[in-house]
Amino acid sequence: MIYSRLLLATSLAAVATLAACNREERELRPSPSASQVVNQAQVSGLNPGANPLPTPPTPSIYEESAYAVSEGKTLFGQYNCSGCHANGGGGIGPPLMDNNWIYGSQPQNIFTTIVEGRPNGMPSFRNRIPEYQVWELVAYVRSLSGLLPKDVAPSRNDQLYVKPPEASMPKQTPTGITGEPSK
Amino acid sequence: MIAASSPMRAAAVLASFFQGEHNSLHPAGPFSSNIEWLYWVIFWIVFVAFVLTILAFARASAKTYSRAEEMLPIMKDEEGDRKAKWAVGTAITVTVLTLFAVLFMSVITGKKVEGMTSSNPVTIQITGHQWWWEVIYPNPQADQTVITANEIHIPVGKPVVILTSSADVIHSFWAPSVHGKRDLIPGYSSAFWIQVDQPGTYPGRCAEFCGLQHAHMGFSIIAEDEATFEAWEQQQLKPAPDPTDAEAQHGREVFLTHTCVMCHTIRGTDAGSRVGPDLTHLASRNMIAAETLPNTTGALAGWIVDPQRIKPGNKMTPNPLAPDDLNALVTYLRTLQ
Amino acid sequence: MAISEPIVLPHATDEVRLARTWAQPRGFWGWFMNVHHTAIGVRFMVTSFIFFLLGGVLAAMIRLQLSRPENHAIGPDLYNQIFTIHGSTMIFLFAVPMMFQGFGVYVVPLICGTRNIAFPRLNAFSYYIYVVGGLLLWVGLFLKTGADAGWFAYTPLSGPQFTPGKRSDFWAQMITFTEVSALGVAICLATTILRQRAPGMTLNRMPIILWEKLVLSFMVIFAMPAVMVVSSMLLMDRTINTQFFNPANGGDVLLYQHLFWFFGHPEVYIIFLPGAAIVSTLVPVFARRHIFGHLAIVTSVVATGFLGFGVWVHHMFATGIPQMSASFFTAATLMIVLPTAVQFYCWIATIWNGRLQMKLPMLWVFGFFFVFLIGGLSGVMLASVPVDWQVHDTFFVVAHFHYVLIGGALFPMFAGLYYWVPKITGRMMNDLLGKVHFWLFFIGFNMTFFTMHFLGLRGMPRRVYTYPPEMHWGGLNMLASVGALFMAAGLIVFIVNFFQSKARGTLAGPNPWAAGSLEWATSSPPPDYNFTELFTVNGREPLWDNAPNQPIVSGVRDDIPEVLITNSLDSEPQHKDEMPGASIWPFLTSITVSIAFIWSIFSPWGIAYGAIPVVITLIGWLWPRGHSPAPRQPALEGRWSK
Repeated sequence: MIYSRLLLATSLAAVATLAACNREERELRPSPSASQVVNQAQVSGLNPGANPLPTPPTPSIYEESAYAVSEGKTLFGQYNCSGCHANGGGGIGPPLMDNNWIYGSQPQNIFTTIVEGRPNGMPSFRNRIPEYQVWELVAYVRSLSGLLPKDVAPSRNDQLYVKPPEASMPKQTPTGITGEPSK
Repeated sequence: MIAASSPMRAAAVLASFFQGEHNSLHPAGPFSSNIEWLYWVIFWIVFVAFVLTILAFARASAKTYSRAEEMLPIMKDEEGDRKAKWAVGTAITVTVLTLFAVLFMSVITGKKVEGMTSSNPVTIQITGHQWWWEVIYPNPQADQTVITANEIHIPVGKPVVILTSSADVIHSFWAPSVHGKRDLIPGYSSAFWIQVDQPGTYPGRCAEFCGLQHAHMGFSIIAEDEATFEAWEQQQLKPAPDPTDAEAQHGREVFLTHTCVMCHTIRGTDAGSRVGPDLTHLASRNMIAAETLPNTTGALAGWIVDPQRIKPGNKMTPNPLAPDDLNALVTYLRTLQ
Repeated sequence: MAISEPIVLPHATDEVRLARTWAQPRGFWGWFMNVHHTAIGVRFMVTSFIFFLLGGVLAAMIRLQLSRPENHAIGPDLYNQIFTIHGSTMIFLFAVPMMFQGFGVYVVPLICGTRNIAFPRLNAFSYYIYVVGGLLLWVGLFLKTGADAGWFAYTPLSGPQFTPGKRSDFWAQMITFTEVSALGVAICLATTILRQRAPGMTLNRMPIILWEKLVLSFMVIFAMPAVMVVSSMLLMDRTINTQFFNPANGGDVLLYQHLFWFFGHPEVYIIFLPGAAIVSTLVPVFARRHIFGHLAIVTSVVATGFLGFGVWVHHMFATGIPQMSASFFTAATLMIVLPTAVQFYCWIATIWNGRLQMKLPMLWVFGFFFVFLIGGLSGVMLASVPVDWQVHDTFFVVAHFHYVLIGGALFPMFAGLYYWVPKITGRMMNDLLGKVHFWLFFIGFNMTFFTMHFLGLRGMPRRVYTYPPEMHWGGLNMLASVGALFMAAGLIVFIVNFFQSKARGTLAGPNPWAAGSLEWATSSPPPDYNFTELFTVNGREPLWDNAPNQPIVSGVRDDIPEVLITNSLDSEPQHKDEMPGASIWPFLTSITVSIAFIWSIFSPWGIAYGAIPVVITLIGWLWPRGHSPAPRQPALEGRWSK
């Protein structure tokens, strides 16, 4: 009897362990390569495929880690992204919480946008931000329109209520000029 | 460490248990002295209570101890119970009186400590950040406001007002030789007084758990005479000087074109972000990284390159700079007196 | 009320029939259907002891990490999870389940002289829900989802912004699980004590341990909801975007602390009072006399129950409470010293006028006297606001509460185990191994925790994962870490002792300590029906005080699981009640409730949709059983005279 109970407990524990994911991964000390500031990312522009896009890490330790996305959210404020994009609703810059992606919704597209800048006001952060922080920002930007799993996307911050937090955003199907990049 | 090879070493280790300025029982000002006095009064009261109670247990046990293997029959001792009633009654009365005494002295000391004031004191705004302390000497004129981090200079022998606030989570401001602790709570601002009577450097630490680097969130209170303090204040008000030699100039270039500029301010340059500590007078501080490392060329370079090795989880990014750039940057930062 | 007139039995009780009626179900599913209080009580004890050992492993890791300065054996992320899970495990998964639920569920019905606990299915449900809560926390730790904001989980650190992911949510729901469990058991115990005491066990004659469990049950009923509310508010802030603790929207982070400590301080007494009750039970047995000052001790226990709710702010003196209100809480805190002091004096007087027999359980009681006294007296120091400003949140406080909790709960727990294990297993524990266990643990404990007083005064804050060498804290910390090894060795000796005793200890017999309370009036271990004959009681220590011709209760049926219900004050028989028998539904309900609770961590809809299976299992649980066959024996007659 006792053995069957043990067996049950062990198998339950095994199932739970298999269900583990990267959500709670906290990489406090990024690798030396990810710590380098990014000084180039090819502009994909209107002709995806012509230039190689930056490759996101697989599996995405940023998009699956709640900690990394939360860091991205903090950086979004500290690096003053919110100065133009507000809390995702847009202002001087375009809104980030809708389904319209002018330069593409894929992580590589957003990475390129941040590093290289875009016409009409998006500055380039080339040489300013280490690669891992760019990916954290990318993950957060994608969470703004509900593109990340709900248990990874951030909940509300301790600040004035302006919009539902990212974890409560309905998923927006991305559209836009470039749409999905060709694989 | 305890099993030291020589008695000398053992004595040194033993002495180390009680030394240091970061110590509630080594007061350096009126606040901590009052608290220390109260501490010892209550200590001796409870010590006597402890000894008496233990003696009573020892006496009772010795008096009635039986070695019998078998359990003894139940006894009745009405005469003994009558005496015990008096003894217990007396003990309870003494306990009540003692507790009143403790309450009285505690409230009196509390009033004494909280009642200290002074006119026109130095006022310092302390803001807790994960995991460093922002120190501002507010002034109605913006250009007369000193902004620094982690090292709090105060004039010796004068009461100083500390205004507290927090930028993120709850921290607690505690320099044991100076005063008890005060929590820095988001959404609340509070004020309390400190005073130091002996010139010197008094370390303090964050005393409320505040996340990954709670362990490395130190500050220090540097008490100095009026003239030194004012000279320090005047120096802190100046913007950073322009570097003169080529290497420092290159260093400033590195600072302004790399990640540094995203978070730090150096007044007199384009760097103006308030995310991290103000570095305008970095070289005037004794320690860096919230009192974690000494402010030396080597430690500064190590911190810039890989801060996550020293304080894993802190908010500063690693900066794997080329050796030339790194040397230039450190040279520049060392000029920021 | 004295029982003057013996009752003539209508006919002898049939033990075979009793055994058949009360038989505990066997087999794999039988394990999940069992609702008998001795089985559930032992499960609570064993499970919480396993959690205690797990929490101890974490404590050892903490001591390893802190043994030298700037140690990087364990990083801050893991360390924060370790000390949070250590604290949460020891408080929520060990101390309360062991001291309140474990001992309470096992001994209270026996001391009351009844055949099962009131609401036995609720009791079984409480056990399963507690196990799931504990597993949730620990599985979380192994999935890197270990809570990391401290066992108190102060906001905003534990809130949505500063603890991303699901770590705090796991912690908050673990609280819900364990508190539901404690509340369920509190209701069972209070009802058992108030309505199922043996005839003649009036309130005036009720043993101290029952008084204490009664007070405790009400403390649980009033204190636990506060923490369930606050952990649910935290969970809602984190998952459904409420603003309870967000100062920017009118929330208040101090509200969290008030609610938490409104639970948290009574909690300390919920842990300590069972220990004090064990001591009050053991001291008269080993001093071979009735306890001195029964009334004074009972009054103290009740007073502690009330005062315990008036001292919570002394955990918050450093937050900047105004002088006047802080003084009030200092006064309240000093006042609560008094009931404990009274109990100490009564224990001394009992020993002073008795004949002390230093058996193994008594050795642990003396360990309690020494250790808890130090903890209590350092508590007097902490009650003073200015002193608290200096030592709050330092290792001085760590030393203080380990002296109070290990002194007030763990030492009495071992005393209680050495005392009652012969009742539970029927075999004595080895005396020599018990003494080795005591001295290893006692010396190790004082080495580890007395040292911490100095560390605190020398300025070492709590909850740091490391410390700089310049602070000169290394030597004391190393000493503390070496002490932990002694404690670990002591625990290993205890476990060896337990298993060797279980296998081949000397047989205990019904009453190895010649004790006076009713649990010793039945065989060891007790049969499934607890008592062949139901006793009446003539004094505070029934087996010492009973008349030679003490009557027994007749008229309680043995062909259905029936118990005698007496009234609350005078314990006069009122009627008989049929106890619910074995059932799988409490287990199934605990599973559905667990699904709803765990689902709610990930989506608020978990509560809505999760409620559907809960309701289905509850219907199964509460489905009418129909009536038992008509009584075969004459109904109970009121032949107890005043």
